[in-house]
Amino acid sequence: MSSGHGGAQAHHFEDMDQQRESASLGMWTFLITEVLFFGGLFTAYTVYRFQYPQAFAEGSHHLDVMLGAVNTAVLIFSSLTMALAVRAGQLGKRNGVVFFLVLTILLGGLFLGIKSVEYAHKWHEHLVPGAHFTTETVHGPQVQLFFSLYFAMTGMHAFHMLIGAGLMVWLIVKTLRGRFSTEYYAPIEMVGLYWHFVDIVWIFLFPLLYLLGRH
Amino acid sequence: MSQHISPKSTYFTIFGALLVLTGVTVWVAFLDLGALNTVVALTIAVIKATLVVLWFMHVIHSNRLTWVFAGAGFVWLILLIGITMCDFISRDWLGIPVSEFLNP
Repeated sequence: MSSGHGGAQAHHFEDMDQQRESASLGMWTFLITEVLFFGGLFTAYTVYRFQYPQAFAEGSHHLDVMLGAVNTAVLIFSSLTMALAVRAGQLGKRNGVVFFLVLTILLGGLFLGIKSVEYAHKWHEHLVPGAHFTTETVHGPQVQLFFSLYFAMTGMHAFHMLIGAGLMVWLIVKTLRGRFSTEYYAPIEMVGLYWHFVDIVWIFLFPLLYLLGRH
Repeated sequence: MSQHISPKSTYFTIFGALLVLTGVTVWVAFLDLGALNTVVALTIAVIKATLVVLWFMHVIHSNRLTWVFAGAGFVWLILLIGITMCDFISRDWLGIPVSEFLNP
């Protein structure tokens, strides 16, 4: 099956560099499809923000900037711990990989916990689109549109984080079983790329949903 | 080209820059800059995303093909939003209210 580098190199690759580059390009191709998946939501947001600027500013005012900003910091911190997990993988430090992955999962959990507090607030304030949606102003239906996009975008983002956390559990198990080495740590690096992508989506969601129309 | 292992200090520097930029974007959001508020918020977001892509995602140490792949996602996103908005922004230029398009 394998040819060289302690069995880390698959037989159809010329060398380890080519194998690493192939994995990386494959992951980037997947991430492009993810960019365009979220791109559809961002386009819908841009169109409706352009058409109903007052309603969208009103929608933003219902969101808690403090919680949004704290969550942004939490997610950026989790990207740092993810980068350090990949670095530990490159150096073959098994304990480091497990430590930083656990930390990343905990920070991801903290993000989702804060997000669920926000969702609960919106539920109690009747800001979840549907039969019980209520606002006092004339922009009601358009504000509802804002919250439809808010829940669709943050919901899909949260779903991606759950998948990322699941992948990290899988990585921890594989690391503890000694499946990775300084030659072969591609899965850690690829999950890292995925997690950083999810971070980037939030880097755009935070200003668009929470900050525009604030002043 | 072999794998590049960044020193920890690189990651801490990027992390610090991302936190500072987050603080700046929140601060600017509460100033009234008119249409510039949107421009500033998006510019800061693009800078933050670029920092993550280049250093956290290692693109800066990757080969040119990876640059093309990473850039392709961004280019198609700009096309998607740009061409769609060309339509919506230019509708008013005919002097007919947008509502007549939406509710004929």
